[in-house]
Amino acid sequence: MQADPRGVLTGVHFIDGDHACCEGALAAGARFAAGYPITPSTEVVERFAARIPTVGGTFIQMEDELAASIAILGAVWGGAKAFTVTSGPGFSLMMEHIGFAAMTETPCVFVNVQRGGPSTGLPTLPAQADMMQARWGSHGDYEIIALSPNSPQECFDLTIKAFNLAEQYRTPVMFMMDECVGHMTEKVVIPRPEDIEIYPRRLTRKPPSEYKPYEPAEDLVPEMAHAGNGYRFHVTGLTHDERGYPAMNAATQDRLVRRLKEKIRAAEDRLTFVDEDGVEDAQVIVVSYGITSRVAERAIEMARQKGVKTGRCRLIGIWPFPEKRIRALAQRARAFVVPEINLGQIAREVERAAGGHARTISVTHAGGGVHRPEDIFEAIMEAAR
Amino acid sequence: MSALLEVTNPEVTNPVEPFLRMERIPHIWCPGCGIGTTVNCFTRALIESKVDLDRVAIVSGIGCSGRVAGYLRLDSFHTTHGRAIPFATGLKLANPSLNVVVYSGDGDLFAIGGNHLIHAARRNLDIKVICINNLIYAMTGGQTAPTTPGEAITTTAPYGCYEPAFNLCALADSAGASYVARWTTYHVRQLTKSMSEVMRKRGFCFIEIISPCPTLYQRRNKMGDGLDTMKYYKQKSKVRHGAPTSELAITKDGEIVVGKFVDRDRPDYLELMRSRLSEQLGDRYVETENLVCS
Amino acid sequence: MQLTEIRTAGFGGQGVILSAMIIGKAASIYEDRHATLTQSFGPEARGGASSAQVVLSDRPIAYPYVTAPDVLIVMSQEAYTRFAPELKDNGILIVEEDLVRISQLKPTVRVYGVPATRLAEELGRRMVLNVVMVGFFAAVTGLVSPDALRRAVVDSVPPATRDLNLRAFDKGYEYGLAKVSTPVEETEQASMELE
Repeated sequence: MQADPRGVLTGVHFIDGDHACCEGALAAGARFAAGYPITPSTEVVERFAARIPTVGGTFIQMEDELAASIAILGAVWGGAKAFTVTSGPGFSLMMEHIGFAAMTETPCVFVNVQRGGPSTGLPTLPAQADMMQARWGSHGDYEIIALSPNSPQECFDLTIKAFNLAEQYRTPVMFMMDECVGHMTEKVVIPRPEDIEIYPRRLTRKPPSEYKPYEPAEDLVPEMAHAGNGYRFHVTGLTHDERGYPAMNAATQDRLVRRLKEKIRAAEDRLTFVDEDGVEDAQVIVVSYGITSRVAERAIEMARQKGVKTGRCRLIGIWPFPEKRIRALAQRARAFVVPEINLGQIAREVERAAGGHARTISVTHAGGGVHRPEDIFEAIMEAAR
Repeated sequence: MSALLEVTNPEVTNPVEPFLRMERIPHIWCPGCGIGTTVNCFTRALIESKVDLDRVAIVSGIGCSGRVAGYLRLDSFHTTHGRAIPFATGLKLANPSLNVVVYSGDGDLFAIGGNHLIHAARRNLDIKVICINNLIYAMTGGQTAPTTPGEAITTTAPYGCYEPAFNLCALADSAGASYVARWTTYHVRQLTKSMSEVMRKRGFCFIEIISPCPTLYQRRNKMGDGLDTMKYYKQKSKVRHGAPTSELAITKDGEIVVGKFVDRDRPDYLELMRSRLSEQLGDRYVETENLVCS
Repeated sequence: MQLTEIRTAGFGGQGVILSAMIIGKAASIYEDRHATLTQSFGPEARGGASSAQVVLSDRPIAYPYVTAPDVLIVMSQEAYTRFAPELKDNGILIVEEDLVRISQLKPTVRVYGVPATRLAEELGRRMVLNVVMVGFFAAVTGLVSPDALRRAVVDSVPPATRDLNLRAFDKGYEYGLAKVSTPVEETEQASMELE
């Protein structure tokens, strides 16, 4: 279906990534946001608070991130599309409800504008060090979807994608921005509503007597019902059967947890989002994401000028990790160079997926700034040797 | 003989049954536990208040009382520990036509979830909070709660509790609740009436129910079984409608003041939001009935 | 056009970020080129040093940061001291000449001074000095058309201050035009005097 025109600010804008993310959420149909102020993400909800009364919806500033992250889940079961926005310390507090959303299959979006950590760390300065937390932060086994934009335009486009994927797979989607992209201002083109594709909520058409809230469809995703429509369904964070009732035994646990993982894992091909250039005959492939991918671009240019065939594989989708794609690239290239503003989180994934067929060189940065292009360039040159 | 026939007659069912997910019965609560009694009162309140059951949503946190949501044949949400109120906040704001009831325990609502409760009361969010106060953490085996009275024995206060306890009604009142009442599980009629009243009242409503946990609290404190507790409640309780909430503290063996203490009208969160935004934005304000996506 | 790097800098409250915003918006929206604005955030952004960077290009911009600015617009002494050494050898330095004393500058740098605060005060509002600077920038660099910049000014300031800001832009622009039409020797003379 097409976007609701009320939320779409069609036109050409010069706005930063945080603001573009908010516009993406509005265009995607988000009509409820709950947040708690935290640098450097607050601009997203500030804009939402200003815009939503004229679009038709509600923003509420909650008492903490625990509250914000579950208020959005309540709103989703009440019928809304909803999201919350935070940064490092707030993301840590939200883990409980990322797990609850995964377990209850509540479609929603968590935006994390990453800053330096651990703990309070660097409130105003960038990092990309929450990538593993996005994947594994809540307890238990589950699969997650995470996207990483590298420009304000992508903050808009991919926020819509994040909402669409959340609905399609009934899962929380992590929108992993970083301070640099959040606070970077560029041209953002917002299309007409009829040119924006929206994945509708998978609401059941069955009568209440036949409806089972957690009975999976063919793609392993169950149909949803909203509160207030006579379905009288039950939702619990406990291990539950297809009726949604607690059933605490190993067999139900096995069936449920494997399905939660499999509904996303089985869709890896459809959930592989990469932006590649020159990988066909590359000696070295730079794998990066977010702001680092733009810094890497200069290093790639430098290396090409030196005659090194250097490819780019930018990860737009981080989770599920594009294992098959990296494995395929590992058959061709001699090495991967993986710069990221952390001490080597995604590099380890690349190394794992490469399975020894190509070398992986991690170019780390502890946070608080971006790499010097020269550092990435040197890693490429070393890899090519 | 005729009484026996009546009981075994399949045509005659407990009037509470249509409100329960009978396929989930028997429930997990211990003999003598007060939670079932409150559920009984609640279902009767649903009948009395004549609310549209398809529009009642029940939200629970974690703990013995948190299981209430799972047994009621309503749209029901068993959320995370302490977070029933913020979940209810989102649910209510997304679809204000829902009558949202939070049904949970003292530990869930006042320890781990205490911050959420006072803020929802401050906002005067239109939700009803029913708090079963058994003075202890029951699901986890009888640890000290923020409501455990001085000297009471718990597994984490084996020599008697020495922390001062919260006065729940005073807390809800001072945070701004529109309705505050307390009953014990002995006061089933009064409790039912209060529950029925709040189903029809707008704003943040709070009902505290003093309820026994014979397995963990009463036994460990040598207060007898469920029936003994009913006698105890009868003996110790005193109805004082309108009593200042500051005078409602619970002690281990002292008087239990019950009654309706607060019943006032002030604009709820949505009214405040809508009136401010339409005042500031005029025609530009788009007021919506609900936020339901297609 | 090649990649052009611009840095604006001053102290908080001078509208340093807005001046960069106007330049970026003019180029990207009203000239349909590419512009990337980045800024230093943080506690220092409130009252202390403030700076913003704009990269302009005809092609999409990958690397968004300024390494050696082609143009440096400074409105405070502290900003001058901190950022002047970064300037490209043949770069352009634009200064609020009443607030900045120039010293130890690469000899190849072209310097343009404007008493932006005084010009803004003549318009009645000291706070529009940043837009005076933008007008002056347009005239002396020719990097972004005055038309596009004027539209970006209209788009970036509160409606009630539009006219005032446009007048500020024009004032800076005219001052700049006069400056560039004067013989080079005199400009150099002026910059010598600044030292």
